[in-house]
Amino acid sequence: MERKAKYTTVSIPLSLYNRIKEMIKDTGFTSVSQFVIYVLREVVASYEEEKQGTVFSEEEKQEIIEKLRKLGYL
Amino acid sequence: MVSRPHGGRLVNRVAKGNRRQRLLEEARELPKIPVDLHRAIDLEDIAYGAFSPLEGFLVEDDYLNVLDNMRLSNDLPWTIPIVLDVNPQQLQGLREGDDVALVYRGDPLAVMRVENIYDWDKKEFSVKVFKTDSMKHPGAARTYQREDKLVGGEIDLINNVPNPFQEYTLWPAETRVLFEERGWKRIVAFQTRNVPHRGHEFVQKAALTFTDGLLIHPLIGWKKPGDYRDEVILAAYKTLIKHYYPQDVVVLSALRMNMNYAGPREAIHHAIVRKNFGATHFIVGRDHAGVKDFYGPYEAWEIFREFPDLGITPLFIREAFYCKKCGGMVTEKTCPHGGEYRVKISGTRIREMLKRGEIPPGEMMRPEVAKVLLSFDKLFVEEQRRD
Ligand SMILES: [Zn+2]
Repeated sequence: MERKAKYTTVSIPLSLYNRIKEMIKDTGFTSVSQFVIYVLREVVASYEEEKQGTVFSEEEKQEIIEKLRKLGYL
Repeated sequence: MVSRPHGGRLVNRVAKGNRRQRLLEEARELPKIPVDLHRAIDLEDIAYGAFSPLEGFLVEDDYLNVLDNMRLSNDLPWTIPIVLDVNPQQLQGLREGDDVALVYRGDPLAVMRVENIYDWDKKEFSVKVFKTDSMKHPGAARTYQREDKLVGGEIDLINNVPNPFQEYTLWPAETRVLFEERGWKRIVAFQTRNVPHRGHEFVQKAALTFTDGLLIHPLIGWKKPGDYRDEVILAAYKTLIKHYYPQDVVVLSALRMNMNYAGPREAIHHAIVRKNFGATHFIVGRDHAGVKDFYGPYEAWEIFREFPDLGITPLFIREAFYCKKCGGMVTEKTCPHGGEYRVKISGTRIREMLKRGEIPPGEMMRPEVAKVLLSFDKLFVEEQRRD
């Protein structure tokens, strides 16, 4: 059973489209869409990386350090 | 900086203190669904954040997205569906929105909010995840044995699964603090289910030349017959580290996680999980997580091209061998000499020699490691553990 993937349309200038189309020849990318999806995911991920991840409270941290000492990791 | 957790936030679904007490009491009254060791291990991996951003077992929307696109419905890369299969009879009277207690060996392990009950096509699952529905594939064979309904929803862990390797068990919050305390910024993780030979050591040390620290992260838990036993692997690594690694650049910790033998898809999964543990780099083996001839030797490398947004850097390091002329471990890229000088490091040959009680040549395995291995009565898993 094949399900249809969900897509939506984004507009880009035709000139850019043609430029990408020319550029991706022989690169392994089979379509402009595939290239655009790839690049956008890369950019979005690097933007997200900039944001701070999980921060531990001092109390949580001390508890963990205690365990790490007990197990000989610190 | 250590890696940001997958999805940005380390999941913590381990109930503590009063909340745990309340859930434990609640669990007594709730409908009960028994789970086996595999699902118990999944529960722990979810609760302690190894599977961040998952907060529970996949609901149908996520499940289908993972099958079709190797991504969750929020677009985050995710390649192995983490699903709870349940016997339809056990679901009688149960509705979406209800709470259930997940019970392992008679003890309540977790409380789950049933968000979604759905059907699955095991053949489709096998073909998409394992690229085969052959019963000769251990992952596919196991899939066909699973129950007919899937239940998705958030979980809260209220008890831990008994673990014989407590002293080696660190969860993502713990490795993150550990790396921070050691001042490591670039951390490379190494996944293994094997005893270390010179080739493994070479790959790890090659990665260490441009990182601050190495996380040796053997998978423990369910094994197939013929695999090295968990205690054997840990003892071998302990010995190798003691004799051949500076103590302040390496962490040996065991990760209890299910092994699916899903080759390329599982290589991505392994990388995502190590990202959650704080690793910035991940060594991807040749035929990583493969089994028999189901995957091409470099398929697990190629699949990384599809994930520019993984958030952890895969390292593809060529197979190493010993060159007598160079006088050390080399790869095709670093040694110009011919076959007459080369000692190929064969896991199969090492295994056969160990079975006969022989010490493999020093070019293949460090003698200290071999000696420790030979001190074990049983090196390999003999039969499938049942629970
Ligand atoms: Zn050479």
